Amino acid sequence: MTLLLQVQGVTKRFGGLQALTQVTFDLPKGQILGLIGPNGAGKTTLFNTINGVYHPEEGRILFQGKDVTNKMPYHLAKMGMARTHQIVRPLNELSVRENVMVGACFGHENQSLGNAGKIADEVLEFVGISSRTDQLAGSLNVAQKKRLEMARALASHPHLLLLDEVLAGLNPSEIDGMIQMVLDIRAQGITIIMIEHLMKAVMNVSDRIFVLDYGEQIAEGSPNEIANHPKVIEAYLGDPKLAEQLMEDD
Amino acid sequence: MTNWQKHIGIIIPLLVIAGLMLYPTITGKAAARETAFTILKAIALASSLNILLGYTGYVSFGHIVFFGFGGYVGFYLLSSQGMSLWICILAGGVSSGVLAFLLGKAILRLRGAYFALATIGVNEAMRAFINNFDLFGGPTGITLNFKAYLAYGGAAKALEMAFYVVGGLAILAIILSYIIRTSKFGLGLLAIRENEDAAEVMGVFAPDAKTWAYVLSAIIPGMIGVLFFFKNGNVEPHDAFPLHASIELLVMVMLGGQGTVLGPILGAFAYQGMRGYLVTSDFFKDIQLSVSGALLLIIVLFIPAGAVGWLRQRFPILRRVLA
Repeated sequence: MTLLLQVQGVTKRFGGLQALTQVTFDLPKGQILGLIGPNGAGKTTLFNTINGVYHPEEGRILFQGKDVTNKMPYHLAKMGMARTHQIVRPLNELSVRENVMVGACFGHENQSLGNAGKIADEVLEFVGISSRTDQLAGSLNVAQKKRLEMARALASHPHLLLLDEVLAGLNPSEIDGMIQMVLDIRAQGITIIMIEHLMKAVMNVSDRIFVLDYGEQIAEGSPNEIANHPKVIEAYLGDPKLAEQLMEDD
Repeated sequence: MTNWQKHIGIIIPLLVIAGLMLYPTITGKAAARETAFTILKAIALASSLNILLGYTGYVSFGHIVFFGFGGYVGFYLLSSQGMSLWICILAGGVSSGVLAFLLGKAILRLRGAYFALATIGVNEAMRAFINNFDLFGGPTGITLNFKAYLAYGGAAKALEMAFYVVGGLAILAIILSYIIRTSKFGLGLLAIRENEDAAEVMGVFAPDAKTWAYVLSAIIPGMIGVLFFFKNGNVEPHDAFPLHASIELLVMVMLGGQGTVLGPILGAFAYQGMRGYLVTSDFFKDIQLSVSGALLLIIVLFIPAGAVGWLRQRFPILRRVLA
């Protein structure tokens, strides 16, 4: 089993705020890792740190065996890392197709414009917005913009895909479509880390789950283990003992 | 699509330039050549600024610094070192490019209004520096010995030649603009314009791309500067670094349509035409700059995409024709 990503003792502070504390995990190739935790737990911060948007104060990050701790996002993109954003960032005044071409042109395959156009058409077909190809990205609705984010990331043919709440704000049928898409992507051999609040979805698709609370990792394991982990229940529902006591008091 | 249709986006702009270059010969008036020269110069400068403003999304209030600096360097070599005009024009372009490269490394990390403010500072600092730089003549500048025109067949011939050279430089600016617009490098710039953080995440080396865009937008203004001062026969700091000229360039690009090849050309045309009318009218001649200010305000409020951008939005079929 080869490790695609190794996060070793990563700590990130913003002034006095400890956003991440000694986060450590390994990600083998081909897996889906679910990243969960309450609001403000540091999930997106962890993505930003892996992705080179932030640089950690302590610890190391290895991608494909290389130390990438202080690399910039574009270096990581060139090495085969792609991501989507929780708050979508379409290139509004460019067409949907051009948006996706940016992903293909500047990703690790460094495609020419001509090839990028072909890849864009394929990927737009795959994510199901091929009827919008020539529209301006700014004119899409939220669900379509999420698909566009996905398409842009996929167009680079990444080794590792970071998905930041791709299901948030979608309706139930759109959610089913998106989950199916995530599974299809994994079937293509792409390793995925996904941040998700929707427990049912994350439990179903993830091979392993990693739980953050106040920037600290409180649990890691298979979906089953996580569902029954006392610390996880505490983080989400409060202290279970306290809950039990309250029930007894009644 | 045939090749001809594929490149229609460059054909229309080139036809405009060709028309302008023929205009003095057709009318046969000496004044017509002056008018056409001014418009061609404005087209070349506005198209260059568009690479930074329209494609990359960085507003520069001091783009004229490259015109002035390159012009000074080239004109110095021409008048004091007696080098040929062609080498001096190249030297002007190169020195402006180098200046942009160094500046880009320093101030392109600033975004939005901060970058815009920095560019004003750069222009004013450069003017103050030249004002006190004895090699370039300080506040009185440099004057060209009239004999220098003899090498180009006398003053009259030299002026006529300067007109065709400015036309050539305008064509060069437009071709450069078109190549960037349709290249992978240009796609990266557009991505930076739309969302720099997202572009970086997708793998666009934003710091490098911005610096090169800045360099490419500076070279032709430097060359134009040398030619313009050669034609004038002298250069002084206040002619070389007029802040209002930078703002007029912004108006031209915004008026015609930033981020398009044709936009700056139409904008330069329309603005220079308007300016020509205003400075000769009794009422407007002293307040022509306030008219451009008002014009800029109206554009930003009502047609932020400029004329060409508005047409493209309104009639999608035109997107193919109006690059």
